[in-house]
Amino acid sequence: MPRLRVALTVVGVAGVASLLLAAFLDLPDFGSVPHPYGARAVEAALDQQTANAVSSVMFDQRGMDTLGEEFILFTAAVGAMLLLRRLADETEADRLDAHHLGAGVFEAVRLVGMLMFPITLLVGAYVVVHGQVSPGGGFQGGVILASGLHVAYLAGDIPVLRRLRSLTAVDVAEAVAASGFVAVGLVAMAAGSAFLENVLPKGRLTDLLSGGTVPLLNVVTGVEVTAALVLLVGKFLEQGLLTGAAHEDSDA
Amino acid sequence: MSSALLDVAMVATMLLVGAAALGVVLTSDPVRQAIVLAAYGLLLGVLFLLWQAPDVAMAQLAVGSVIVPLIVVLTIVTTARETRRPRDRPGSEGD
Repeated sequence: MPRLRVALTVVGVAGVASLLLAAFLDLPDFGSVPHPYGARAVEAALDQQTANAVSSVMFDQRGMDTLGEEFILFTAAVGAMLLLRRLADETEADRLDAHHLGAGVFEAVRLVGMLMFPITLLVGAYVVVHGQVSPGGGFQGGVILASGLHVAYLAGDIPVLRRLRSLTAVDVAEAVAASGFVAVGLVAMAAGSAFLENVLPKGRLTDLLSGGTVPLLNVVTGVEVTAALVLLVGKFLEQGLLTGAAHEDSDA
Repeated sequence: MSSALLDVAMVATMLLVGAAALGVVLTSDPVRQAIVLAAYGLLLGVLFLLWQAPDVAMAQLAVGSVIVPLIVVLTIVTTARETRRPRDRPGSEGD
């Protein structure tokens, strides 16, 4: 049986590898000017008044793929929450204060964390709302926002994180934002176009409000990614630091 | 950046990414590996930036050098504790 499995694997890997190789050999040359895909994508992006061609590709030209990507993260967060939920025989430390973690943080780290916390949140929000005019967007900004919230943890501010992860608002935000993406697509259908077609006024190239539905989808994605990552990392933090932590006193 | 200088930077970053990837594989201690992984993620972000993919670079920096190493370290903390001391029954310990 194992031999059969190995043989099947070899056949499968060889098949995929030869197909990939054939596809790679047929690709346009690296860095060729003008690039057949690049030229078309940029032209379409400019037609839609979206200065950041990457955002145009992701949220306009192939919004359906991005919807799938968004739900990958949504599903991952839901799965982690299910797997890492507190079981009936697990205890959660209530008394989690300076004694446990805050005291182990250097003053300098704490200071830098406090300074970086608002800056990171601001940068994250900027990256989300400027996705249509400059590099970034909902995914990148959302990840920065979620990292920013965990800077508070690195700075030793556990209560902030505790309050955050107990907020049902984060759960609700994730679900609402994930369905918001679908809602934008359905609005386009109600307007008589295809699902996720860019039906809003496009505005003027490089204006903050340009690109039609692209900024809207960026914001929705930004909220979804932030909420999903806060839930995801929050669950891991909870498991690593809080659950069962009552038994830990000598751990540094 | 002049084109020749950019070429040098691109090749240098590629070699560094390769070396860092090897470093990740050769690091056997998972905690150290998480740190090496973060450094590798940072270099990969620089590579994407030089290849004119700032959008991907941004996501790579945040996910590859912050979120993933953080989750790895937290998982190690949890599993190390579980293997060192099996979980007690509820209420058996007052603390």
